[in-house]
Amino acid sequence: MIESHLPAYIALTFVLFSVLIPVFGLWRSELSQPIAVLGSGIAAAFSIYGFINYLSEGSIRYFFGGWEPPIGIEFVYDGLSGFFVLVINVVAFFVLIHSHHIAKREFPGKEMPYYALAMLMMLGFNGMILTGDLFNLYVFLEIASLSGYALIAIGEKQAPYAAFRYLIIGTAGGTLYLLGVGFLYTVTGTLNIIDMTAMLPMLYESNAVFAALILMIVGIGVKAALFPMHGWLPDSYTYSSSTSAALIAPIGTKVAAYILFRIILWLFGIEITDAIAPLSYIVGVLACIGILYGSIMAIAQTEMKRMLAYSSVSQIGYIIMGLSLANPWGFAGALLHVLNHAIMKACLFMISGQLRYKEGHSDISRFDDSFRKKYPWTMASFTIAAISMIGLPPLAGFFSKWYLVLGTIDNSNWLFLGVILVSSLLNAVYFFRVLEKVYMMNPDKGQKEASDAKRNEPSASMLWPTGILALSLIVIGFANAVIVGILLNIFPL
Amino acid sequence: MIDFFLGHYAYWFTILLLCIGLYGILFKKNLIKKTIGLAILQISVVLYFVSIASKWDATVTVLNPDIPVDQVANYLNPLPHTLMLTAIVVGVATLGVAFTLLIAIYNRYETLDEEELIEKLQ
Repeated sequence: MIESHLPAYIALTFVLFSVLIPVFGLWRSELSQPIAVLGSGIAAAFSIYGFINYLSEGSIRYFFGGWEPPIGIEFVYDGLSGFFVLVINVVAFFVLIHSHHIAKREFPGKEMPYYALAMLMMLGFNGMILTGDLFNLYVFLEIASLSGYALIAIGEKQAPYAAFRYLIIGTAGGTLYLLGVGFLYTVTGTLNIIDMTAMLPMLYESNAVFAALILMIVGIGVKAALFPMHGWLPDSYTYSSSTSAALIAPIGTKVAAYILFRIILWLFGIEITDAIAPLSYIVGVLACIGILYGSIMAIAQTEMKRMLAYSSVSQIGYIIMGLSLANPWGFAGALLHVLNHAIMKACLFMISGQLRYKEGHSDISRFDDSFRKKYPWTMASFTIAAISMIGLPPLAGFFSKWYLVLGTIDNSNWLFLGVILVSSLLNAVYFFRVLEKVYMMNPDKGQKEASDAKRNEPSASMLWPTGILALSLIVIGFANAVIVGILLNIFPL
Repeated sequence: MIDFFLGHYAYWFTILLLCIGLYGILFKKNLIKKTIGLAILQISVVLYFVSIASKWDATVTVLNPDIPVDQVANYLNPLPHTLMLTAIVVGVATLGVAFTLLIAIYNRYETLDEEELIEKLQ
């Protein structure tokens, strides 16, 4: 019985806990974080159960109040949405466990509103993924964005201005998306995605559909930080508190990428997308520019969080490139990269939070070889995540790039293939630079500094989540064939 | 040609508002003016939805005993209006968050001018 209500339960868990946290938080502020962990843990358990159920039973369409679409609103739990819900809820669970000490240090006394907003943001993201209705998607998008702006504004002195810039550009993007939905509504008369998918082939080469598609890609592209709409991202991630960055960076852009998948491959289908102009190729080229630009800018940064933020711009490019290839290998590579990048970025941002917590900074130029003595496990996790980011086998990052490369070869798209290879080298430059500082002795200084350093690891609540995420990268690397087998079944064509 | 312009006057008005809103967001230096531009942009989309719901010789969507329900052409389309109620609420919430952030920015930097702000940030 529980299976058929599962899509609603996942979203409702977050609604319930976003109310419970203020109720208990007013009584005892320190309860907020455990309750938030509990809430996201329940949601993660539901998503894991739901995905296993999907594998045996198939997709679920949940009609709210029993009203069948197109009149009612529905949640669709199919392979794509199940996979994304699973990824974001599990990652959020680990990030929220990790946030305990950082929250106390970076914004003491504000835990209750912070975690309530985090729950609301997760509600928005889960709703965006699960909903089967284009307008409902806009509402969830705004719920996620508005709480996201608030989460980003909690942080350093510059954070509110970064959040304001994100608000202006993000809301403009959301509004353009809404206008695109309006165009589609006027030509099809429905807002339900499945219903509209059936009607759109009749409107092949319609200008209104084409305009709607461009508006939606631009609007969602802002949220996905697709080049050249990425301007808000580096400042937002750098100045927000470490735990906000760790929560939003792995999840936020992925959910926007999910909407692009849903729109381009499911709603329109690749033929209608490319009917008037080769839009999917244009999006792919933008993604390529983003990959190279993000990698090059990341090399130029000395602040670790800023470097990771630029690397996010570059990594989201891989996902969107896989989408634009629109063949099974590219699709599987992109989805595998969603999973890998969510874990790698969460792990890396959590490590930058740990270093800020212990050292008070995360400035790469001030890293030295004493770090390997002081933080052996933190640095081991960092090394695994960084090597996976570069894409060396047998870690997870290698396999997603491998399948993307297979996809580009399948389409004989040598430009995209070259970009993947060049950007892997660029990734190596900016991550090995950090590893060199930490693991190699500085010849200008004596060895004294390193041997004097005492072990100074952060507490278990920070160490375990980073360690587990780093280990899971190895596991995913070895289990990639199983995961890709599942992902290839999701491919719609 | 004239008919094309006059017949779609509501849409031309919407496009004008959309352009004013985008101009405000992109070119105004004062953050409050940017926020106003954002509000105009959102309202232009709201008006677009409201105008697609209108029909000639149709009445409001309240059940009239003289007009049977199955003659849907006699009633306006109620769906865009209900959607826009939600969109207006979203817009109000966005403005609320925007002004909160502006207050936080002003308390920290004592200016809302973008150029001065960027100078002070460095």
